[in-house]
Amino acid sequence: MKPAYEKPVIKKLHNGLMNKFGYSPAYARKVRTDIDGVPVADLVEKFGSPLFVYSERILRQKYRQMHTAFSTRYPNVVFGWSYKTNYLNAICALMHQQGSIAEVVSGMEYEKARALGVPGENIIFNGPHKAQAALETAVREGAMINVDHLDEIYALERVAQKLGRQLHVGLRLNLDAGVYPQWSRFGFNLESGQALEAAKRMKYGGKLVLSGLHCHLGTFIMDAGAYARQVEKMVAFGCELEKAFGYSIEYLDIGGGFPSKSRLKGVYLPPEVALPAIDEYAEAIAQALTKALRPGDFPKLILESGRALVDEAGFLITTITATKRLPDGTRAYVADAGVNLLFTANWFKFNIEMDREVGGVNEQSVIYGPLCMNIDVVDESVLLPPLSCGMRLTVSPVGAYNHTQSLQFIEYRPASVLIGERGEVDLIREAEDLADITRRERMPKRFAQEEVG
Amino acid sequence: MHKLSRLAINEEGFVFNPTTGDSFQVSETGLVILGKLRDGHSDEAIAQALAEKYEVSLEDAQRDVADFRASLKNLNLI
Ligand SMILES: Cc1ncc(COP(=O)(O)O)c(C=O)c1O
Repeated sequence: MKPAYEKPVIKKLHNGLMNKFGYSPAYARKVRTDIDGVPVADLVEKFGSPLFVYSERILRQKYRQMHTAFSTRYPNVVFGWSYKTNYLNAICALMHQQGSIAEVVSGMEYEKARALGVPGENIIFNGPHKAQAALETAVREGAMINVDHLDEIYALERVAQKLGRQLHVGLRLNLDAGVYPQWSRFGFNLESGQALEAAKRMKYGGKLVLSGLHCHLGTFIMDAGAYARQVEKMVAFGCELEKAFGYSIEYLDIGGGFPSKSRLKGVYLPPEVALPAIDEYAEAIAQALTKALRPGDFPKLILESGRALVDEAGFLITTITATKRLPDGTRAYVADAGVNLLFTANWFKFNIEMDREVGGVNEQSVIYGPLCMNIDVVDESVLLPPLSCGMRLTVSPVGAYNHTQSLQFIEYRPASVLIGERGEVDLIREAEDLADITRRERMPKRFAQEEVG
Repeated sequence: MHKLSRLAINEEGFVFNPTTGDSFQVSETGLVILGKLRDGHSDEAIAQALAEKYEVSLEDAQRDVADFRASLKNLNLI
């Protein structure tokens, strides 16, 4: 038998760049042959490439872990699954099965939750755009509505007028908890007195009863202390409202924003080191609550965690379809999945794993996606040995925001599967075809082509 | 080709360019190609030699030789 072949590589050696970690980065490999015991090769053979793969085991484990972290520290905790993070029906249904209610930010998401059988009273309706009709439906069905701006107060008052009854609503706040940039475009600002003004306006109108406070600081918050400051301010504001207007605050919805083990670009420490554990967040929040609340007073604590629950449960398998050498000598690959499916490639450096061991020295390489667009880069600099066409790469974590923001652009969107806890693989969304692209299009008669032949 | 002939190459694949002071690490098959280029073989002949010696198709070998040559050029070695 002939000896095994390894692609020829020549690499310049840099003095003084000897590594500190006792292994050679020139030969370090990341190999993944399976996801939850199901071979990557089998998945692709059956469902095609690219392919979104979700792990039920990880989803349930993350949920349980986070739920335990909070519910063992505070007696009245509710999770609201942030639909926009990933609203594949199977994922939402799994979250609801675990006990989560729904958190939606549009009429579309609201309808999606209802279509999944979630009753209105188990839906939190957030967001800056709630159309009058959607708002009215949500009110009729008993949803929790967190008001974003003054015009929404007017809109809700119109609904109350129409229904001839008072409505209970929540107020979205934005506040300074030491997280910058501050998401001040949503809700009413606390420190400037805008939020108090809004409450005054509600009281004066007499149609709305303020019974909840909501605040979402932002996403991927790496400082547990920020939540403590947020909670403290929310509780203090609740007390102020009680005193000034006699409102009683029944829930504190502190939003989401807890990080997943994902690597932000520009952060060089691995996420396991750079990020606090979920227990640290829970501890900081529970302590701040205990300190700020009156003894025996336990308003509902709502968490709208998205990415921390789903991100690490999502993988994208992609195939190398071409290898290139750029004019500057850089090794480049074309993969069949790009920013059309990996929207978060802008901010995060993914973990990229090969489907097999490959010989040869690592090189700084670029992975491009399939789009004929200059922006389509999955990773502009990743250490890889020489890969050949047909190899599969598994990209992770990609469970949060990538599927919901995937584009129907240039390429079809691929299938999504869920691997069950016993290794069963269920197709949860079929791959798209031309009918999905053109179904809604209408051809003016004068352009209609005569059938040929 | 005379740039190539000035390189010091050992069997472990360590390559030193005395003109610039740069050093390089080359893989086993890279070493084979480097040797044959120095001896004046054509790309085609080198690819054939690789396909005979190793478990690789002629087509892949041709592609890799061309690619390797591009790397050498880029590193200013040819
Ligand atoms: C109001 C609201 N709640 C929850 C979330 C979920 O955030 P994350 O995925 O960071 O937990 C978001 C995301 O932006 C949001 O806007």
